[in-house]
Amino acid sequence: MSSWAPITQIATDVQSGSVKARALVEQSLKTIDDQKDFNAVIVTLEARALERADTIDAQIAAGETVGRLAGVPFIAKDNFLVFGADTTAASNILKGFRAPYQATAIERLEAAGAICVAKANLDAFAHGSSTENSDFMTTKNPHDPTRVPGGSSGGSAAAVVLDMAPFALGTDTGGSIRLPASYCGAVGYKPTYGLVSRSGVVAMASSTDVIGPLTRTVTDAALVLDIMAGHDQKDGTSIEKDSQGYATLTPGIAGQKVGVIKEYMAEGVAPGVRMQIQQAIDAMQAAGAEIVELSLPSLPVALAVYYIICPAEVSSNLSRYDGQRFGCSSETATDLTTSYTQSRSIGFGKEAKRRIMIGTYVLSSGYYDAYYKQAQTVRTKLINEFNEALEQVDFLVGPTAPDVAFKIGQNIDDPLQMYLTDILTVAANLVGVPSISLPAGNVDGLPVGLQIMAAQRADRSLLSFAKSLEELLL
Amino acid sequence: MANLARLELSEAEIVEFTEEMSSILKYVEILQDVDVSGLKPTNQVTGLENVTRADEIIDYGYQTSDLLKNVPSVEASQIKVQRMIV
Repeated sequence: MSSWAPITQIATDVQSGSVKARALVEQSLKTIDDQKDFNAVIVTLEARALERADTIDAQIAAGETVGRLAGVPFIAKDNFLVFGADTTAASNILKGFRAPYQATAIERLEAAGAICVAKANLDAFAHGSSTENSDFMTTKNPHDPTRVPGGSSGGSAAAVVLDMAPFALGTDTGGSIRLPASYCGAVGYKPTYGLVSRSGVVAMASSTDVIGPLTRTVTDAALVLDIMAGHDQKDGTSIEKDSQGYATLTPGIAGQKVGVIKEYMAEGVAPGVRMQIQQAIDAMQAAGAEIVELSLPSLPVALAVYYIICPAEVSSNLSRYDGQRFGCSSETATDLTTSYTQSRSIGFGKEAKRRIMIGTYVLSSGYYDAYYKQAQTVRTKLINEFNEALEQVDFLVGPTAPDVAFKIGQNIDDPLQMYLTDILTVAANLVGVPSISLPAGNVDGLPVGLQIMAAQRADRSLLSFAKSLEELLL
Repeated sequence: MANLARLELSEAEIVEFTEEMSSILKYVEILQDVDVSGLKPTNQVTGLENVTRADEIIDYGYQTSDLLKNVPSVEASQIKVQRMIV
């Protein structure tokens, strides 16, 4: 049982004065310290958080209404800029970088009264599926410290499961919220592309990057999303939120059409995982959902599409780390080109270098058409298949990951094997549809995640359906 | 390729990356066999195209001095870099 009440309850208690925001921040900081061996958190923002808590407590004592997240502590993945706080994206090249402004998502959460208490570990620049690519440390899975928490938002997922805060923020470019949610047993939500502004978040692959919450319940995730979502002038790709918002859901399973993706229940998925997902599907059916088996023929090549488009965008986005305007800088170079090269070679870790190299290759003239253009065209095919499927059914379901959390070190020397852990999550990013990972039982004591996807902008109905399922699967 | 990306790799890294990149590029070769006749490449996924705003200065309240705090080398409120022409 979690030591945190539902988020609305916490905020109501703080607003009524029965619980102090300071006490919540202290509880959060204490848990972070008690559980520090899991390496979920890179840095705590103790002074800043306590100061904000005192301000909120004073506002409430003066009779002011603070907001829907009054006094609620949260943890941000360390690729979110939080004003005045170190933001490293777990990379050496950004060590010591102090955010001079902050992400729109953080701005909106703080405006509602939330308090950022810490920054969570991740694979450096969000490149990875295990947090082993962090330039600082590897986060351990709360259920088995010899295993990875998943990535790249592994620190955020572990932090929530370890009760460090009522919610955490993650980013999801190819599965980076949902995979760790699945491995750690949290709820992880990837919204429709553009629903939450990317302003102030370290860019990875801009055409698939989204921001979302990791929580204990769907209701909490929906509330946090409701506060962050909506158009932002600072992000040209941002879209408007649903006119009804996401905070009040309308649950219901009966009569919903659910497509079981054939390719997601195939050989490559561990039998134990398949069994748990099948049980969840049977439970949906028993509750009145109409189950249809569907095929998305291009799914098996989605990962190949992703591992061209993602490094291409990464190589472009990481070109800004040149050691001149911010970040680690060469101290010995005497001309500009050498300064670029040395700063980047010292500052970037292995995975960042690997992706920059692949991206540079697939974008180079002579190879552009064969790789990048072909990948973007196959992406169109995938989008068409998803659109057709989502005209027939309301939701698509399958596992989040092919297996439960793997052992630390198991895949570190084989990048391709590591990339394969994202095989079931990348499609939602390429297509831009919302997707959630919901805890759905265990295999040998390790959590399994059920993935549900819906059409673009159907976030509200997806969250409503997930909430009903959550009650069913408990 | 490392030159283009402004990266300096050690001999060991070159050997390792060459091998890994070959296996990754071999994996993505499956895309060459996908029939994409009549399809166009994706440029955006949510239907937004050519998003523009008025060319006006928006004051977000940031101080130049704060924004320069992360710069490795500053002189007279300007970013100082190494010489460009050797």
